[in-house]
Amino acid sequence: MTTTKYINISNNQAIASTDIPEHNYDLFASGNLELMSGNPARHCVNYFGYRVADKIKLICCIADDDLHQILVSSSLVDSSMELASFTAQNHNFEKFEREIHENFGIGYIDHPWLKPLRYACNRTDKDQRIENYPFYEVDSEELHEVGVGPIHAGIIEPGHFRFICNGEQIMHLEIQLGYQHRGVEQLFLQKEKLLERTTLAENIVGDTVVGHTTAFVNLWESLCGYTPDYSLHYARTLALELERLANHTGDLSGVCADIAYQLGNSVYGRLRTPIVNFFQEWGGNRLAKGLIRAGKINFPFTNEHAKRLVEVFEAYEPDFNEITRKLFNLPSALSRMEKTGVVSYEEVLEIGTVGMAARMSGLNRDIRSSHPNNLYGNIDHKPIIKHHGDVYSRVQIRKTEIKQSIGYIKGLLQEVPEFKKPEDFVLTPQKEKFAISLVEGWRGEICHCAITDEAGNLKIYKIKDPSFHNWMALSQSVRNNDISDFPICNKSFSLSYCGHDL
Amino acid sequence: MLNNLKILWHQGKQFIPDVTTAKVPGIFRGRPVITDAKVDESLLLDLCPTKAISTSPVSIDLGKCTFCGECAIQFPDKISFTKDYKLSTNDRERLIIKEGDDQAIELNSDLIRSEIHRLFGRSLKLRQVSAGGDNSCEWELNSSNNVQFDMSRFGIDFVASPRHADGIVITGPITANMAESVERCYNAVPSPKIIILAGTDAISGGIFADSPAINREFLSTHHIDLYVPGNPIHPLTFINGVLSLLKKKS
Repeated sequence: MTTTKYINISNNQAIASTDIPEHNYDLFASGNLELMSGNPARHCVNYFGYRVADKIKLICCIADDDLHQILVSSSLVDSSMELASFTAQNHNFEKFEREIHENFGIGYIDHPWLKPLRYACNRTDKDQRIENYPFYEVDSEELHEVGVGPIHAGIIEPGHFRFICNGEQIMHLEIQLGYQHRGVEQLFLQKEKLLERTTLAENIVGDTVVGHTTAFVNLWESLCGYTPDYSLHYARTLALELERLANHTGDLSGVCADIAYQLGNSVYGRLRTPIVNFFQEWGGNRLAKGLIRAGKINFPFTNEHAKRLVEVFEAYEPDFNEITRKLFNLPSALSRMEKTGVVSYEEVLEIGTVGMAARMSGLNRDIRSSHPNNLYGNIDHKPIIKHHGDVYSRVQIRKTEIKQSIGYIKGLLQEVPEFKKPEDFVLTPQKEKFAISLVEGWRGEICHCAITDEAGNLKIYKIKDPSFHNWMALSQSVRNNDISDFPICNKSFSLSYCGHDL
Repeated sequence: MLNNLKILWHQGKQFIPDVTTAKVPGIFRGRPVITDAKVDESLLLDLCPTKAISTSPVSIDLGKCTFCGECAIQFPDKISFTKDYKLSTNDRERLIIKEGDDQAIELNSDLIRSEIHRLFGRSLKLRQVSAGGDNSCEWELNSSNNVQFDMSRFGIDFVASPRHADGIVITGPITANMAESVERCYNAVPSPKIIILAGTDAISGGIFADSPAINREFLSTHHIDLYVPGNPIHPLTFINGVLSLLKKKS
């Protein structure tokens, strides 16, 4: 056992994997729980296991938003062991421990909700089948259940929602996911070429292509000891903000659709188009696939692009402002959004939500200011925080962040850097390294972690999408609401299924 | 009321008047053209992340291609992507673009069932099933019916229940965990019915083709009426493909 409890690292820092302190499980548990206890500036960004011979190595990464550091520690356990869960004391770990249980068979003596997480193809118990998920049930004459999915009414990804209702009122919602599981993390190890892995990163979540691919390339470059130049940071930062803008606009359209406000639905819907079309003008793809690459960019951002983007904003802003003024002054719209789907500060803290699903309830979680990647260190980002935790807060955050993103982009456009001609060179990961990469995608914090072996091959690749924790906030938000308000609650969170299922 | 009218007025005309001739902005990667320039074919073969490229002669399978464009960047004399977004076809072989090919991708009318135009020519209702789709094709299918692309002007709509549908549109590589649901959804659609595969993941599995977590048995036991390539599909690729499928056989 080492004397230091944790190793402190920064976002995108690669360290020798042997430098991660290893503790016996009890010390590992008490240390990490103590770190998080009573400190909202700390949360768990990743907690996962991997096989080392016949044992399981657990690695826990706690981000400290005040110190701008990530505290990493580890423990080696037997898969036959029955452990005391972290979750019994802190619900941030609930999903992480379910995953560890599902994938490695580790038992927990006091985990309150030890159910299958995503029916991963590499789960230990293949008898667990997705069609037999053990839903929470209530034996009652008065209450009834409503099951929705896995296939939903709209054009949307699959997942099963099971409501327990008292008449029209929702008492409880359990969300069962896993239908989207494609084995992404395994494929990262299976695929050996950089372009294959980059393509994989682009297909983790198709509405967050820039977010996940930036997390991947930042991580990859740090594993390879490569320092990207300013122009690459510039392109990634710009693309991240554009992606936020496109998705927030699309979500406002979706929210309008769910409150049956047709005009808002149409106008916001069509306002998303020039933004995604700009991605196509820049990189040839409306959702930015093909744009972000490790060590290079195939589509340099030019002064002509900057000029075009200014034109796009000149057309976007007046129409956006006009419909937004209308929506936010429309009593029939406000009455559907205000006090609907409330999640309190205490609840989001307990769940460990990130991104908008934290900022809606007064919890400041924003990687752009707490662990800035790429150019965010220069931007002096001020997170948009709301306090009511309702649909209205989530919609307001989008409205304000759209304006903020346009501001940041305009700032970046002031001075377009010189881009180098893309050249292909071999990026080789260093041996026995651990690296972590955090990016604030439009939904919230994206975390990618990787470890290389003694030959420099990937040993483990772990992804955490913001939706991983945030789905639980949706479940909480609908309690005591009418079931007819479920769609608007769901849309106001706008979570990812494939990002959760991987 | 006046405010609403003002907002409406400010939108102007958003719809694309003719979706069959519209030009896409920028540098869209559509139908590729492969020249007979000599290159090191082994490098080309090795480059493609989804093994969409074959050699002698060099060809690209658009059912496998993710349209990342890396081959055109590295071998600009050999491969270029045109802005032709009409990529849909009902003949899997037509998705393979060979050296020297430079004609439009069309549907093979011999493969279109005769009842399709008669029954669905003026009204086609579709059920969308995402089976491991990453929400990019789903976004573009939604966009197909926004005020710009306005697909419903042709009587083509997405509906909420398979019982109301004339066919299904599958996105994603079809995960093992969704395989049964896809089958059940298809069975719930009344006959006659069609199947459309939208996007590279659905057509070939894409980058997930060799994942142990997918199960594509459904596709080997059913006839596919339309393949719509893209990663994600472009709304115009989808709309033009469906329109070609529905039009009267000449």
